[in-house]
Amino acid sequence: MARRWTNDLTLADATPEAAFWNRRQIMAGLAGSGLAAALGTSVQAEEALDPNTWEEVTNYCNFYEFGTGKGDPSAYADRMTTRPWSVTIDGLVDRPGDYSFEQILGEMTLEERIYRFRCVEAWSMVVPWQGFELADLLNMAGVQGGAKYVSFETLYRPSEMPGTAYKVLDWPYREGLRLDEAMHPLTMMATGIFGKPLPNQNGAPLRLVVPWKYGFKSIKSVVRVTLTDQEPPTSWNMANRREYGFYSNVNPDVSHPRWSQASERRIGGGLFAKRQPTLMFNGYGKEVASLYEGMDLARHF
Amino acid sequence: MHRVNQLLRRLPVWAVYLFGALPAFWLFYLGLTGGLGVEPIKALEHEYGGLALQLMVLTLAITPLRRLAGLNLMKFRRAIGLLCFFYVSCHLLVWLVLDVQIIGEIFADIARRPFITIGMGGFILMLPLAVTSNNVSVRRLGRSWPRLHRLTYAASLLGALHYVMLVKGFQIEPLLYLGAVIAALGLRLPAAPFRRQQPAPKASGGT
Repeated sequence: MARRWTNDLTLADATPEAAFWNRRQIMAGLAGSGLAAALGTSVQAEEALDPNTWEEVTNYCNFYEFGTGKGDPSAYADRMTTRPWSVTIDGLVDRPGDYSFEQILGEMTLEERIYRFRCVEAWSMVVPWQGFELADLLNMAGVQGGAKYVSFETLYRPSEMPGTAYKVLDWPYREGLRLDEAMHPLTMMATGIFGKPLPNQNGAPLRLVVPWKYGFKSIKSVVRVTLTDQEPPTSWNMANRREYGFYSNVNPDVSHPRWSQASERRIGGGLFAKRQPTLMFNGYGKEVASLYEGMDLARHF
Repeated sequence: MHRVNQLLRRLPVWAVYLFGALPAFWLFYLGLTGGLGVEPIKALEHEYGGLALQLMVLTLAITPLRRLAGLNLMKFRRAIGLLCFFYVSCHLLVWLVLDVQIIGEIFADIARRPFITIGMGGFILMLPLAVTSNNVSVRRLGRSWPRLHRLTYAASLLGALHYVMLVKGFQIEPLLYLGAVIAALGLRLPAAPFRRQQPAPKASGGT
């Protein structure tokens, strides 16, 4: 097991910015090929993903616990206490309990992954995450044979979360994955971006990242992980079943009632940014399409 | 209130047009120069839409304000209504040109997405109002003019509903706009307070 790795210095501190980003892109390529080996398939060298800027990633967020405006999370999330932090892992696991954030980090190997991020509202970003595979966390707790799903909960602390004064959603925020989705090597728990700890508005100290699903599936500031044998209720699905399916895979062919999903706009392009076509599974089809073989994705959207 | 009305009487209508339209250009400039955040297209769309709704509520409030509070803004009603149409048009243009961009998707969105259908409906209802907002039309249309301009009521309801349907989850702000529109329309019902005392000329203008 790797020892805890604290990220005080980043490559950006030591190298010019352009070199920093070049290196990140190479690392994204390496991560892709490593993954390909793990899956036993051949993934073509992924095109270099050019990450959005720190300002873009940290200033354009949905985190309704702090308000429904895109600027609300960056304005109010600093009220959230993230130390101490612990995650309850329970349900169908061998070693249930409250795991402190430090304890979890001590057991995990952190790595960097540059992923496309696609919001259901038809905007997208490219984010350089740091974190570890969710599978490692689940294995730490010991998944029992009967488990079929994983459910997650976000912190619900009204005194620090002004947005929860309104019942925009049924708090606490809940999300869920099928076990095979959760164990997939692309699925990660992020603890940082750009080599820095996650800012609160991006889901500090620990959040889920599922790059082939709409952003709301990637639940933030996780305090509970529960292994179950039944599909767990999820917040957006509870709020509006017709618009937000349990799977919510990025799919240009399944139109959301309020946003066409055929195209998207990358954040940061300014007032005249062009739309670009949305990729099936957000571009991760080679890696994840097999998870959904035989399923009608228009019905299980 | 009398003093306020006196002061307002001195304010020329062109000033309302000028200062009312300035934010549109200022916001566009902010969008160009990064002042509207990292996603200026959506920000601009929402700013224009919000201003349109506020002006819509203000237009509807002019009659009740005069009847109930004695505040006389009648002189500016046409300007405020036209400014509202101006901001609705800006909002629509940002959506067409900067946001959706693709002709096929524009029509698909209008047809398939109820909140957009309703928003477009509101805009279309406002077109004849904007076109007939001149003295010639008022004279030519005679008694049909006020009847035609009651379309404002339907357009404002559609506009407020458009916002309620747009947001994700249960949000308060769009419901406040819808509530304001419904209240302003409710005050026009035959049973509303100022309707009953309508013959009293003292209630108007505070003279």
